[in-house]
Amino acid sequence: MRTSRLALVVAAVVAAALVAFPFVFTGPFPLHVMIVTFMFATLAVAWNIMGGYAGMFSFGQAAFFGIGAYTSSYLFVTHGVSPWLGLVAGGLASALVAAAIGYPCSNLRGHYFAIASIAFAEIVRTHFNNWKLVGAAEGLTIPMSKGGFLQFQFHHGKAPYYFIALAFLLASLALSWWVARSRMGYYFRAIKESHELAMVLGISFVRYRLAAIMISAFISAAAGTLYAQYILYLDPESVLVLSISVQVVLIAMLGGAGSVFGPAIGAAILVPLSELTRVSLGHKGTGVDMMIYGALITLISVYQPRGVWGLLTGRIGPRAPPAPVAARPVAVQEGSK
Amino acid sequence: MSEQLVQQVVNGLLIGCVYSLIAIGLTLIWGVMNIVNFAHGDFLMLAMFVSFWLYTLVGLDPLLSIPFCALLLFVLGLLIYRFAVSKVMRGPMLAQLVVTFGVSIFLANTAVMLWTPDYRLIDRTLLSGTWQLGTVQVSVAKLVSSVGSVVVSGALLLFLRRTRTGKAILATEMNRDSALLMGVNTDRVNALSFAIGSALVGVAGGFLSMYYYIYPQVGGLFGTISFVVVALGGFGSITGAFIAGILVGLVQTLGGYFFDPAYKYAIVFLLYLLTVWIRPQGLLGW
Repeated sequence: MRTSRLALVVAAVVAAALVAFPFVFTGPFPLHVMIVTFMFATLAVAWNIMGGYAGMFSFGQAAFFGIGAYTSSYLFVTHGVSPWLGLVAGGLASALVAAAIGYPCSNLRGHYFAIASIAFAEIVRTHFNNWKLVGAAEGLTIPMSKGGFLQFQFHHGKAPYYFIALAFLLASLALSWWVARSRMGYYFRAIKESHELAMVLGISFVRYRLAAIMISAFISAAAGTLYAQYILYLDPESVLVLSISVQVVLIAMLGGAGSVFGPAIGAAILVPLSELTRVSLGHKGTGVDMMIYGALITLISVYQPRGVWGLLTGRIGPRAPPAPVAARPVAVQEGSK
Repeated sequence: MSEQLVQQVVNGLLIGCVYSLIAIGLTLIWGVMNIVNFAHGDFLMLAMFVSFWLYTLVGLDPLLSIPFCALLLFVLGLLIYRFAVSKVMRGPMLAQLVVTFGVSIFLANTAVMLWTPDYRLIDRTLLSGTWQLGTVQVSVAKLVSSVGSVVVSGALLLFLRRTRTGKAILATEMNRDSALLMGVNTDRVNALSFAIGSALVGVAGGFLSMYYYIYPQVGGLFGTISFVVVALGGFGSITGAFIAGILVGLVQTLGGYFFDPAYKYAIVFLLYLLTVWIRPQGLLGW
């Protein structure tokens, strides 16, 4: 009771601060940092559904992100379709591709899955680099429209982007929260703990792994559309590269993979940090900012591998908590009725 | 037409042997300690730069700097193992996956800071020139690299199978607990395997520096290919990595020849995805 009241207070304070932020900091840079943070937080929440809950450590999220960005942009550039419809189309396209790749990979575990996801994302990147229809290596430039909500373009300040990005993050968090508490969420975790055990309990792991990948792909694609409409330019080297995928995994891990809010906390720490080092050290093109970033990743893995969320709540112990083990058979019995 | 095809097959075999050597280093590390070294390609890049600077500053031919590359990478491997990898061995799986990504980003960008992102090439070596064998042209440097890679791979197999230390490594790979019970110091075996795996990629980097472009991001491509080679061969299987390396070399050049050179690496990755669909443990994995 006391912890839930504390959680409510924290949530209210954070929400108030987030709403007030664009009115306090009106400069373009603070807003930019926040928008990028929300975007990566959304991507990390999406990764967490397949990686944190279902145990599929994907290093290919950039492919889903890129497919979303390309689909909505292509539809807008060639047919003038509203990016909001493009967002749905991109999400569906991304989920379809995810199912197509997820099905053959549904037997892969651990390292094999990680490497398969890299291979998949590299195939997608290569293809977009050579695909004339979407501008190949030159990419797509989204023409400036008259602006407004339906066009998903705003030319007077970044505040509208800020609120839309925040809404994306909240929506993905809500979805993630719902998944974690649904029967599906229990199945995901059962599969993560042990394929064999999950199968014995009658959980079709192919079906639920596919569900996790497709949900994750849909959310990632939505973040892609947001990126495209915010930057108004995209090419394979800016949306489909491995470094984006790695950053997403890292954010989720730092925040706490497997928890609902961990990925958002990870983004709140890591993205501003990397944006600030990039701005203060990166302009000379010397690589120092990325050196620091790389060292940071190594240090986090060594000293805080269970993430900040685990540190804050003590929920993510060194071994699997007993609660899901007890909950699993119950969930299955309900399912078999 | 068929002459070109023969040429492509030869090219595929030549690069495939080098892929094999790179991948054997990676698979040794994976087999023994269940860690994928995502910095493997960056180790290769460092070895290439060692060779480049020995050539530029001291005038040492790349062929002769190979022992130095191997030695330096051996030491680097020991350091990375001690200060990063060994610390996450008992940690969560995700940390084990990510830790070497951090090392990779760090090393590649250290190279950018020290030597700029420029492309470099060692233009005149002892092994410059080509041989004409019938209709097929073979660059001497590539031929020596491939033969050298096969010889070094063979030497590693001999070391693993014939020496006490090698047998200890193989025993740890098969069953860590049993090896521990038989008196094998598995922590030292880990360190040694990581160092040997790094030294092998050091040798490969020395070979590649004779004819390939040298730049800070060169590790990305070779790294990704070597993960695919290792997974294709079956993680931890040295023979599997050797066969898969040559296979990948052939698929890459023939895929580029029959389809589109721009897609040659994509075809390799596609082959990998198809293989693990049918055989999730790789060709020779178990």
